[in-house]
Amino acid sequence: RVPCAGEPGHGAGQSARDIIRTIRDPEKPNTLEELEVVTESCVEVHEIGEDEYLVIIRFTPTVPHCSLATLIGLCLRIKLQRCLPFKHKLEIYISEGAHSTEEDINKQINDKERVAAAMENPNLREIVEQCVTEPD
Amino acid sequence: MKDSLSLLARIPAHPDSRCWFLAWDPSGTLLASCGGDRSIRIWGKEGDDWVCKSVLGEGHQRTIRKVAWSPCGSYLASASFDATTCIWKKSQDEFEVRLSLQSVTWSSPSHILTCPRGSQQNKCCSGLWDSAACSACRTALIAVWCIAGVVCSGADPSWKCICTLSGFHTRTIYDVAWCRLTGALATACGDDAIRIFEEEPLSNPQQPTFALTAHVPRAHSQDVNCVAWNPKEPGLLASCSDDGEMAFWKYQRPEVC
Repeated sequence: RVPCAGEPGHGAGQSARDIIRTIRDPEKPNTLEELEVVTESCVEVHEIGEDEYLVIIRFTPTVPHCSLATLIGLCLRIKLQRCLPFKHKLEIYISEGAHSTEEDINKQINDKERVAAAMENPNLREIVEQCVTEPD
Repeated sequence: MKDSLSLLARIPAHPDSRCWFLAWDPSGTLLASCGGDRSIRIWGKEGDDWVCKSVLGEGHQRTIRKVAWSPCGSYLASASFDATTCIWKKSQDEFEVRLSLQSVTWSSPSHILTCPRGSQQNKCCSGLWDSAACSACRTALIAVWCIAGVVCSGADPSWKCICTLSGFHTRTIYDVAWCRLTGALATACGDDAIRIFEEEPLSNPQQPTFALTAHVPRAHSQDVNCVAWNPKEPGLLASCSDDGEMAFWKYQRPEVC
């Protein structure tokens, strides 16, 4: 459910949307928004404490390749973690029905240890940085 | 239940990074912490303050995920995302790397080193420790390498779930720690909270019930990754978090009215 203007979480949701729409796809020269990997309605926000929100993202990868889906999941997480201006907890999922092994992928992209280890892999890190860095 | 878990100290153990794990040495006087800054820190008490006695910074190229003390307390093992394990030897207040191994962790009850899940080389390393005599540790290091998976001895025990605690935690539980001195069970949760449970005194041991006896909602400002009970001092609990901080707590079972 998307909070309306004036409701708590509306600003939070909008921040999240603005942050993810400009993330670039790892393979194509387009943003995730242009490719409809993320949309307005793919961001869900719940207030879980004072000035703290649970942000849930459901994205639809363009092709059913596991590695690409997990890579997009990683980019979403890294950029949101870095840029969200409020205290938050983050959950990222493949939208239902978008992939045959979505349960496995969802587990991987929400596994804090795996995410941390992936970002210490120089090759993966380089790809993620290129996808999330705002052009000057 | 209020004040049954009270904060003693909060320390920025791994600043600008995350603290993944804590381990008390067998004497309960030293605490090892490790984190995303690729270092291990050894903490000890000086008067009323916890101070950093050593920084073990040269052992790993990536995050250090876990540390464990040998039963005799003279050695520390560290496991890292760089796919190696280091064995550190303690002499006085210094630690030096004695060995660097791939894909190994401690299994403390049987004093055997075993492989973690996902070992790429399908190798298993066994080391036998004699906890009674420190000198034996030096010679007994790394006895056997064997192929194909984890070493098991004896028949697999069968386990039965006798109690489930649900409805208490709102996010992933990253760690549980059972205190050998008091029987209290501590949990580290992704909702930034620490909770303590105790078995109800009159509950059936075959079907025990547990009560929540302490709950600190904002124990840390981010996920709590690890909780560790001091092995000698009842009620002394250490915790650490993604915010890089370590905290010490005093637990006192609340009085029953």
